[in-house]
Amino acid sequence: MNEFVFLWRRPQRPPRTPQQMQETMDKYLAWFRDMEARGHLVQYGQPLEPKTGRVVRDKAGNYSDGPYAETKDIVMGYSLIAAKDFDEAIALSKDHPIFEEGGVIEIRPILKL
Amino acid sequence: MKLDDALFRREAARLLATLTRAFGVENLALAEDVVQETLAKAFEAWSYNGVPPHYSALLARAAKNRALDVFRRERTARKFAPEVGRLIESEWTLRPALDAMFLPDALKDDELRMMFTCCHPRLGEDMQVALVLHLLCSLGVHEIASAFLVSPAAMEKRLSRGKKLLAESGHLFELTAADFLPRLSAVHRALYLLFNEGYHGASALAVVREDLCRDAMRLVRLLVDHAPAATPATYALAALMWLLAARLSARIDHAGNLKDLFEQDRSLWDEGLLAEGTRLLEQSASGEVLTEYHVEAGIAGMHTAAGSAGETRWGHIVELYDVLMKIRPSPVVALNRCMAIAQHEGPAKGLEAVLAIADTSRLAAYPFYPAVLGELELRCGRTEAAQGHLEEARRLARNDGERRFLEQRIAAVHAGRSGDARLTNVLAPPDARR
Repeated sequence: MNEFVFLWRRPQRPPRTPQQMQETMDKYLAWFRDMEARGHLVQYGQPLEPKTGRVVRDKAGNYSDGPYAETKDIVMGYSLIAAKDFDEAIALSKDHPIFEEGGVIEIRPILKL
Repeated sequence: MKLDDALFRREAARLLATLTRAFGVENLALAEDVVQETLAKAFEAWSYNGVPPHYSALLARAAKNRALDVFRRERTARKFAPEVGRLIESEWTLRPALDAMFLPDALKDDELRMMFTCCHPRLGEDMQVALVLHLLCSLGVHEIASAFLVSPAAMEKRLSRGKKLLAESGHLFELTAADFLPRLSAVHRALYLLFNEGYHGASALAVVREDLCRDAMRLVRLLVDHAPAATPATYALAALMWLLAARLSARIDHAGNLKDLFEQDRSLWDEGLLAEGTRLLEQSASGEVLTEYHVEAGIAGMHTAAGSAGETRWGHIVELYDVLMKIRPSPVVALNRCMAIAQHEGPAKGLEAVLAIADTSRLAAYPFYPAVLGELELRCGRTEAAQGHLEEARRLARNDGERRFLEQRIAAVHAGRSGDARLTNVLAPPDARR
């Protein structure tokens, strides 16, 4: 088994009603539950603040603001998923609800010696 | 943990009620923004590993912190609720004032206050119900529009007008106000219409409909739990809702088809809800005033007490409809009464009563008016006349459920199976006017 970081990249969400929030959340959670049940979930990971961030440029602490407001696919969080190889990791991502929201998943294997 | 389907909506409504009290009703839009931000954050965070156990307290704390920011930022620029008054001027008083506002008991009173405020007599009944759905059930414009079969644009207009009127009224209804009882009747009426819309309404979306019933039940429960609001009429209204809700699961079969009272599998009725409904009905039987809710709950109770449609005491039900016609007459009550007469004294008498209904103009677009005519003609043995009425009813059907139900009746008549299926249960209760 290999471990992969799934970077959840998607645009910021438009305003939603509480009902829509709950329905969307349920879809996300269903995917995690499925991963857990099938033994692929290493870590839920964390969501990230979408609107604020800093990109530090040098030792002096100069920075610019980021992520970038215009970016369509901001990294909104990460999770750690176990899979045999890329093919399996991609197969696992197939039913993820992020695609319904115009998002993408960046899958990066954890480096191994 | 198993989430209840309305968790986000319910929490949103609670927070909105409290923030509106904190900010003042003229800042309703600001309160809505704060609720939206708070929930949107929670929703992002909880999409990873689920809703934490103390979600309600967490949300209240997050909303309170946002409210603190708002006060600090805008205390000089904006006019806030008179009751927070000068407390917000100093950090010494601001936080304790907000802490007190977000205590669980205070939150409950805020929802009641909001409910009573939405039922201001100056707002029409349609407006009141729409506002209750929007502000106390946190349904969005599209969601309410689909429940009421109106365009989202029309609902948007109705709601923004309603919210503007609320904002202009300058204050929330106080639960100690002198006109508490008259306002309570308006609240009853709005909750009754809300429940009806769910139970008998025109919306094709089964899910929307059940949600509306549950929302009405949650709100009437707030009244029952708040002593001054727990009048006999409140208990009667609650009893009516619980007794009808007990039958909800039997009303739609697994294929999504409407089942009338005669075809229902009574073992599917929810015993817990029935027991609670019966208890509430008993509690409603005090005091001098007999309201329409008492009578309707009484009728619902007669149905649920009977082991089968055949064992139902139809004579007594006719009498209750007679009373209802005195308290709150309407063509639909009259139609329901005719069905009970047909059960009690035979279809010819029932038909006679239907034809004697004076004002049928409000029944013109109501599919169950011709449907009842059809059923009664059928039972009098006049198949052809029955067929015509049922076709007319199908033409008027307001959603797929009703259409399928009527098509099945038509097919049964074609096949020469008059059956014993009747329409009593799908008839809307007296005041479903939409």
